[in-house]
Amino acid sequence: MIVAITGMILILFVIGHLLGNLQIFIGPHWINGYSQHLRDLGPLLWAIRLFLLTAVIIHIWVTIHLAIENRRARPEAYIDRRYVKATFASRHMVMSGLIVLAFIIYHLAHFTVRVTDTRFTLLKADPLGHYDVYSMMVYGFQNYFVSGFYVLGLFLLALHLSHGSSSFFQSLGLNDKKLTPRLALGGRIFAWLLFAGYTSIPLAILLGLIKPAQQL
Amino acid sequence: MNFKLKIWRQTNAQTPGKLVDYDVRDISPHTSFLEMLDILNEQLLGRGEEPIAFDSDCREGICGTCALTVNGEAHGPDHPGAVCELYMRKFRDGATITIEPFRVGAFPIVKDLVIDRSPLDRIVQAGGFISARAGSAPEANSILIPKHDADLAMEAAACIGCGACAAACPNGSAMLFTAAKVSHLSLLPQGYPERESRVLKMVRVMDAEGFGNCTNTYECEAVCPAEISASFIAKLNREYARARLRKSAGE
Amino acid sequence: MIGTLDPKIPPGPLAQKWRSHRDHSRLVSPNNRRKFDIIVVGSGLAGGSAAATLGELGYRVKCFCFQDSARRAHSIAAQGGINAAKNYQNDGDSVYRLFHDTIKGGDFRSREANVYRLAEISNNIIDQCVAQGVPFAREYGGLLANRSFGGAQVSRTFYARGQTGQQLLLGCYQALCRQIARDTVRMFPQTEMLDLVIVDGQAKGIITRSLCSGKIDRHAADAVVLATGGYGNVFYLSTNARGCNVTATYRAYKRGALFANPAFTQIHPTCIPVSGEHQSKLTLMSESLRNDGRVWVPKRKEDRDKPPGEIPEQERDYYLERKYPSYGNLAPRDISSRAAKEVCDEGRGVGPGGRGVYLDFADAIKRLGEDTIRERYGNLFEVYEKITGENAYKVPMRIYPAVHYTMGGLWVDYDLMSNVPGLFVIGEANFSDHGANRLGASALMQGLADGYFILPNTLPNYLASQMGKRPSPDFPEFENAENEVRARIERLLTVNGTRSLDSFHRELGVLLWDQCGMSRHEKGLRESLQKIPELREQFWRDVRVLGSDEDFNQSLERAGRVADFLEFAELMCMDALERDESAGAHFREEHQTADGEALRDDEHHAAVFAWEFQGNGQPPKLHREPLRFETVHLTQRSYK
Repeated sequence: MIVAITGMILILFVIGHLLGNLQIFIGPHWINGYSQHLRDLGPLLWAIRLFLLTAVIIHIWVTIHLAIENRRARPEAYIDRRYVKATFASRHMVMSGLIVLAFIIYHLAHFTVRVTDTRFTLLKADPLGHYDVYSMMVYGFQNYFVSGFYVLGLFLLALHLSHGSSSFFQSLGLNDKKLTPRLALGGRIFAWLLFAGYTSIPLAILLGLIKPAQQL
Repeated sequence: MNFKLKIWRQTNAQTPGKLVDYDVRDISPHTSFLEMLDILNEQLLGRGEEPIAFDSDCREGICGTCALTVNGEAHGPDHPGAVCELYMRKFRDGATITIEPFRVGAFPIVKDLVIDRSPLDRIVQAGGFISARAGSAPEANSILIPKHDADLAMEAAACIGCGACAAACPNGSAMLFTAAKVSHLSLLPQGYPERESRVLKMVRVMDAEGFGNCTNTYECEAVCPAEISASFIAKLNREYARARLRKSAGE
Repeated sequence: MIGTLDPKIPPGPLAQKWRSHRDHSRLVSPNNRRKFDIIVVGSGLAGGSAAATLGELGYRVKCFCFQDSARRAHSIAAQGGINAAKNYQNDGDSVYRLFHDTIKGGDFRSREANVYRLAEISNNIIDQCVAQGVPFAREYGGLLANRSFGGAQVSRTFYARGQTGQQLLLGCYQALCRQIARDTVRMFPQTEMLDLVIVDGQAKGIITRSLCSGKIDRHAADAVVLATGGYGNVFYLSTNARGCNVTATYRAYKRGALFANPAFTQIHPTCIPVSGEHQSKLTLMSESLRNDGRVWVPKRKEDRDKPPGEIPEQERDYYLERKYPSYGNLAPRDISSRAAKEVCDEGRGVGPGGRGVYLDFADAIKRLGEDTIRERYGNLFEVYEKITGENAYKVPMRIYPAVHYTMGGLWVDYDLMSNVPGLFVIGEANFSDHGANRLGASALMQGLADGYFILPNTLPNYLASQMGKRPSPDFPEFENAENEVRARIERLLTVNGTRSLDSFHRELGVLLWDQCGMSRHEKGLRESLQKIPELREQFWRDVRVLGSDEDFNQSLERAGRVADFLEFAELMCMDALERDESAGAHFREEHQTADGEALRDDEHHAAVFAWEFQGNGQPPKLHREPLRFETVHLTQRSYK
């Protein structure tokens, strides 16, 4: 239940984050404005970050705890094992979750703390001192390895959510026999839409559809 | 038909077990899976080897005694149905078949393919009942129950208590078993008075017995011989949340 | 040892007997109840409900079952339903009518007073089960639904899909669980009773073996209740679960309890036919199917291998509808079974070996639609498809009679106490209520009536005089019984012959099915009485049981049961021979009407035959309890 609630908080964040990021397609002005807007929130932004961090920590801490219990519940594994209904995604939530975690850490280091790419410090702020997030993203994703890792991370995130999003309803008891299959399908569609949305950005950049707003 | 069998042999809970190879020949496709094992046991007896221990009783899929994992699936490949309802016509001639016990930490192995499922009894003992003393029941038709509710309660009550849900669950969780009983009794008006204490106690014992947690993989409902829907697990979660909330609200 | 058999039927008019008996029975006060230890062997509908109710009342109960959980007792497999005289359908039902139907269905070989009590209590059972949360089928308005069953012209059967036995058993299992949690009942699963201990002529304990560890234990108590079910597995193939056995009741018989009417074994008309020699059990298709299915065979022998769809309507013989127009396909079990045997004996049977008749749903599907049929019997159709690989919505089912229930059992009086004081016998294990044939949906009724309502009221009548008389398990009687049990196990393990248990059991089964099955005759029975001791002797010389006695050993546990069947079978044939008449399920070919119906001999055989063990190798002694009919008239049963 705790996992479900924290998971849902993180899902809501992921949706919001995507909507914010997609502004890159409308132009530098929009996304830079959005980023500045967030920064102007000041302490509130930190409060949100702290809240999300707490959600992440609880989500992981509880799941690890549960996963250990689950391991203990079957001390001797089957020699031959065949699954009838359990999907790959549902059986590897811990694995996909941990890789997503690694991805998030890299992502934060990459774009929020900006320690992985020294070129980002060369980007000039606009006259009002607003940082050029647009160009940062474009330069960041022009690297095939970076984009590749993002796509991989997002793939696992989508896999994680394809099970996690509908699982939320089951864990909180918000479904019934009729709703369950629909929610499961809905969850999968939702997860892969997110994947499509997020990966559209690095893909568009790699394909040269989006160009940096300033030269280095 | 001929088959190659790989069967788990284990003397008792303390000694480690292993898969042992056996061959069976000239099996009629109309033989049930357990009868095929009976035939093998007769052969073993003839050779002076101790027969393979496996549980079964009614052999018509209702008592829930039989419990085998066949080729990695609880109760074998013919879902829904208990392994006693599995017939050899479902296999290819010459196939290799692996037979293991239900592997759940809470179900220790007694011998070979026989397991101890007493934890399921203890979950019911914790609260899986309606307290109704013989002699004090009201007239049966004085309690009206909408057909839909009665049918749904029956669907949940159909559980045969075999433990396949826990055996198939990647996490060894007995949620489907517990959910079926909680749902059956909480769907009926007779079950309301004990509704909250029942779910809290049953879940507590279920956890204490060492079963794993539900991660909503729905593998349980796929192998359930009684076709209990995993939506009853949602019902259990709902009942549990409700009971916890009301308890913390001090009611 | 035993003078006349006194059933201790209370005086007064039939309808008042039970009430007045309770009014005058002795009681045990609530604070004294915890001073009594009661042993209940068996945890099915009768044993489970008795243990739970006695626990609730405050007695200290020990309940034993051989299964790994009380919930797995074979009552769970009953499909069709449970009768009660509620008259919810307003179709003329009443306690009297249920009583009369049961007496008549049993072909006038049961006690009026017991059966009347059963019919009276039937209504309380439904109330009790509903209160426990048994999810009986309901109508849209929320009221309880009913269906019809064989041998009745009213609709009085309550049901929970095709799993009524399961739901009733789970109801009483849950009640039992509640008592286990309250510590009033101690449950001993996977523990088999191997002997009864008698101290000063009274049943005061049992010897058990743990099926897991092989440990032999002594249990002393103030009274022993046997609820160990029937002995149908003496035929090897039956609809009973593999574990069902006669051991507990047969051991009690050998300790002096009388065995009554062992020849009364019911053959159920609607089972899936035998398909091969390694078949381990037969599967019942609920009798409720006969509500909508029509039974037929081809009129001509030559058509029996034709696909059923190619046999036109006028070439089919709907023999039940033809012979019994007013009951039709719902004729009682014994009659339907024999009619099926008859047409198969004429060579008109269908399926492998010509041992089968069609149960056809085509008309019902046409009339009601496949969905309605699916709703009513869906799970039965699925079971049928799993076993036979055939879809009964498209082709008719094939069915054939199979051993299903045993009306005979240990003799008990009105209080359900055997002739051994302190030994109570309930449910299928006793002989009491069904006479020579049991009607459908009455077994569940009897098991629960005994366990929930009768025993808890009659047990105190005995216990009241037993305060402080419980022996210690160190008494020599216990020691002797334990030693005998150990010696027998030792003997089974040391024969070390060449033949498997199943081969003996199968051979016994075939012999009985042929000579003491659906129809019997003197010559065959006499032959069997010769052959059974020979087979038994061979068993003790040549059986092979491997493994040790201090371990989980399924061969050993089954060996003991087969050994008892081999002795019991002889008693059964003896009883069948002695009952020189046809009555209900007991059909002696020498005694039939011109049109092949059972012909009773009320003048000489309107009695319960109760057999007393006289020692190994000695013929048992027969006691007769005359049946007096004060309310009903003995008539030739007619379902035409």
